[in-house]
Amino acid sequence: MATLQQQAKGKKDGEVRYLTPLNIETNKAKKYCRFKKSGIKYIDYKDPDFLLKFVNEQGKLLPRRLTGTSLKYQRKVSVAVKRARHLALMPYVADLMK
Amino acid sequence: MLLQIIVLICIFAAIFNNKNNFMNHYETVFILNPVLSADQIKETVKKYEDFLTSKGAKMIAKEDWGLKKLAYPIQNKKSGFYHLLEYTVDGEVINPLEVEFRRDERFMRYLTVKLDKHAIAWAERRRKRDKANAKAKA
Repeated sequence: MATLQQQAKGKKDGEVRYLTPLNIETNKAKKYCRFKKSGIKYIDYKDPDFLLKFVNEQGKLLPRRLTGTSLKYQRKVSVAVKRARHLALMPYVADLMK
Repeated sequence: MLLQIIVLICIFAAIFNNKNNFMNHYETVFILNPVLSADQIKETVKKYEDFLTSKGAKMIAKEDWGLKKLAYPIQNKKSGFYHLLEYTVDGEVINPLEVEFRRDERFMRYLTVKLDKHAIAWAERRRKRDKANAKAKA
């Protein structure tokens, strides 16, 4: 296999050459846990507007890999959302919530 | 030697007793039937407050969120009166309290949670914030 540099110099004919480097986003902004960053220790189930950030438009909990929340706080978010649902502050099922 | 052992047992018994009536911090949110009149609502809330204080509870906060729309219908009703009680009480009182809630037809939902130290700190901040908001409005 020829390296990219070799290809760029044109040493190997007939292979795919890249005139400009491929535009693959490698350095996206790193996700962070908003609770750790802002020092929130308790997640209130009585505040549905805030919990709305952690569910999708169907009212389902968003995974950690999308929100960047740390495991410790993801557990608390999930408990808070479930409590809010029980008290009819948030829906169990919905569509077009946002 | 024997005296020492007796003293130790007494100390342990005292600690154990203390633990038995340890006061925990709780918060209860409940939803009352929207067809009730304002007087009936007041009476219901009063009844459970009295129930708690008679069992040795110390009321810390009481909130009335008023008639709120529910996110989904409960018992075919689309709204309900939300109330919140915050108190410290012995944990053994919670079960009889919830039995009363279940028997009472005026209750549509209830949720009791024990507050840890972070939750207590947040509850205090929340009360201050609400007070400030109420003042700004008035």
